[in-house]
Amino acid sequence: MQKLLLLGAEAIAQGAIDGGMSGVYAYPGTPSTEITEYVQHYDLAKERNIHSQWSANEKTAMEAGLGMSYAGKRAMVCMKHVGLNVAADAFINSAITGSNGGLLVTVADDPSMHSSQNEQDSRYYGKFAQIPILEPASQQEAYDMAYFGFQLSEKFSIPVMIRITTRLAHSRAGVERKPLLDQNELILPSNPTQFVLLPSIARKQYKGLLNSFAGFIEDSEESPFNHYFEGTDKKLGIIACGLAYNYLMENYSETELTHPLLKIGQYPMPRAKVEKLMKECDEVLILEDGYPIIEELLKGYLGKEKVHGRLDGSLPRDGELNPNLIAKALKLASEEEVTEISEDVKDIVKNRPPAMCVGCGHIDAYNALNEALSDYGVGRVFSDIGCYTLGALPPYNAINSCVDMGASITMAKGAADAGLVPAVSVIGDSTFTHSGMTGLIDAVNESSPITVMISDNFTTGMTGGQDSAALGKIEDICKGIGVDPEHIIVFTPLKKNHDEMVAIMKKELAYKGVSVIIPRRQCIQTTKNVALNERIRELNLR
Amino acid sequence: MKTDIILAGVGGQGILSIAATIGMSALSNNLHLKQAEVHGMSQRGGAVQSHFRLSSKPIASDLIPKGGCDIILSVEPMESLRYIDFLKKDGWIITNSTPFVNIPNYPDVDEVIAKIKERKNVIILDADKIAKEIGSPRSSNIVALGAATPFIDIPFESFEEAIKLIFKKKGDKIINANIEALRAGRAVADAR
Ligand code: SF4
Repeated sequence: MQKLLLLGAEAIAQGAIDGGMSGVYAYPGTPSTEITEYVQHYDLAKERNIHSQWSANEKTAMEAGLGMSYAGKRAMVCMKHVGLNVAADAFINSAITGSNGGLLVTVADDPSMHSSQNEQDSRYYGKFAQIPILEPASQQEAYDMAYFGFQLSEKFSIPVMIRITTRLAHSRAGVERKPLLDQNELILPSNPTQFVLLPSIARKQYKGLLNSFAGFIEDSEESPFNHYFEGTDKKLGIIACGLAYNYLMENYSETELTHPLLKIGQYPMPRAKVEKLMKECDEVLILEDGYPIIEELLKGYLGKEKVHGRLDGSLPRDGELNPNLIAKALKLASEEEVTEISEDVKDIVKNRPPAMCVGCGHIDAYNALNEALSDYGVGRVFSDIGCYTLGALPPYNAINSCVDMGASITMAKGAADAGLVPAVSVIGDSTFTHSGMTGLIDAVNESSPITVMISDNFTTGMTGGQDSAALGKIEDICKGIGVDPEHIIVFTPLKKNHDEMVAIMKKELAYKGVSVIIPRRQCIQTTKNVALNERIRELNLR
Repeated sequence: MKTDIILAGVGGQGILSIAATIGMSALSNNLHLKQAEVHGMSQRGGAVQSHFRLSSKPIASDLIPKGGCDIILSVEPMESLRYIDFLKKDGWIITNSTPFVNIPNYPDVDEVIAKIKERKNVIILDADKIAKEIGSPRSSNIVALGAATPFIDIPFESFEEAIKLIFKKKGDKIINANIEALRAGRAVADAR
């Protein structure tokens, strides 16, 4: 069969489809977005009736995926690392309920924070939930792990995590397909109480999970994704997890690697293999892209001298790995050699920070907001996550916080509680339905003097224009939550409306209760999206 | 053979079309390839790059090691300097000379060009001007690619075939414009 040229993210989607998946549930987030988009645009997925619509947030996605698994079918839930924080409640408990049809939770981490607020390592969450984790080193493994992951999940009736990083998610290589498997038939779980986590049942389920752990380790021991390569130079042994394996091997493309090597692609760690390496080698270097989880584990309180990695400075503590950092850790290259060719271009090459598109509606909204707030001084605008977060940069300098999805309304409320009045929240339409609505209820219940600006562009702009669950519903949601309809105001953010916008904002800033102002104009990047335009016309939003 | 290329530019300048074209050509020649690209936030007018690795043997890393890159292909002059640390001593810089100015402190273009010229192997071409002259102003990225083709060990016809495949849905007019752009870029390199 001709190889497909796929991004790591796409390889996961293809592997899951070929492995008999019936549905994918996700909220867009770089670098995980392309998994779901691939399923959405793939004819075979349509033919097979695979569910692929976006969820309102990662928690609803996780729960829907669990529901599909409950009904016996194979489901995958996808998110970026910080999305797993949102889904954490359901995710951790899904390890206790267990699964029925195969359930994969694919989480894309972002070491080096290419487009994220932190570089948390999802393997901790997998370990926390005590479920098996798969970590691919290549696009082919990404495919294979999604394909076989369902079988692993069904073997132990447990959700399985697939952890990838930005680098693999957004890198392309050839991928060979496997035979297309049938989807599961609808079948209810054989144990009728498995999914009912009343304390008495949960305790039983939890014991079951703990008892399964030995099986997870045994499976890891036999896993084709964990491989022990013998070596003659036992002064140093190497453990390479996931993508770090590639960076290691890049240093041995011309010469032979003579150190014993344990390549890890499946967790929990294969105990016997680790013990063999630790026993055999004088020292051990741990290569993991993300947090030093394995390193910490093996260091414990003893054996500090023997174990090297991110914690003892052999590798940097933060940021993604690359072939050069590993060359340095292996003393194959000196610091100077790695940077030797560096030329003095620093003075010439200027940073090019990302910016909102020319003509974006957020810009007009911010220009008006800045002017409306000029009477009160700076430091009162709590923002959220989306393109409008770029309003933090010059020339706008329009926002003062960006913490997590949904934090804008709640932080503004807290600041207002503290006496910062008026306090302003800026949130996008998609983020509002993701996790802004609940915060708005808190504010309404206490009539907090805050002004909430829901900058509505009909889409999830930052990740490239995915569906927004809020389309055509924002005013009704706000009304339903209890915002006074007189203080729900929609207008079009355009330069020519600047004075009108400033006047509206000033008036609402002076109001001592919850007001919602909605600048509404389509994201420029989606103007060619036929389906979206059709929906907007239907809903009479323009 | 082995060719490591860094494609450099600004979000929206057509880097991924260049990558797709080389990728398609590489596939039809049964080469191994890995191509790491940038998505997400940095695409909004920020600097973007793609590590593109081609080889007749399997490739380990998705990232090119520093000092190991054979070609920096840039659709804008300043961006070619951003990744200079990756370039081999005798590696090639092929860059468009028309700057993409979306920051207030863009450096003096002459200074940028002078710095590029300090390297041994350089082709600097005004891809924007050439694209306009042949009547397809939007294919300056493909002009730049054309100028890089002599240094990539793939037959030139394969690139033309790749363009036909990639722009298939957009019709003959777009295909022909891009093939002409590719040839115009190639001519600059050949006349060197
Ligand atoms: S992608 Fe859309 S919302 Fe984001 S900056 Fe561009 S126009 Fe604005």
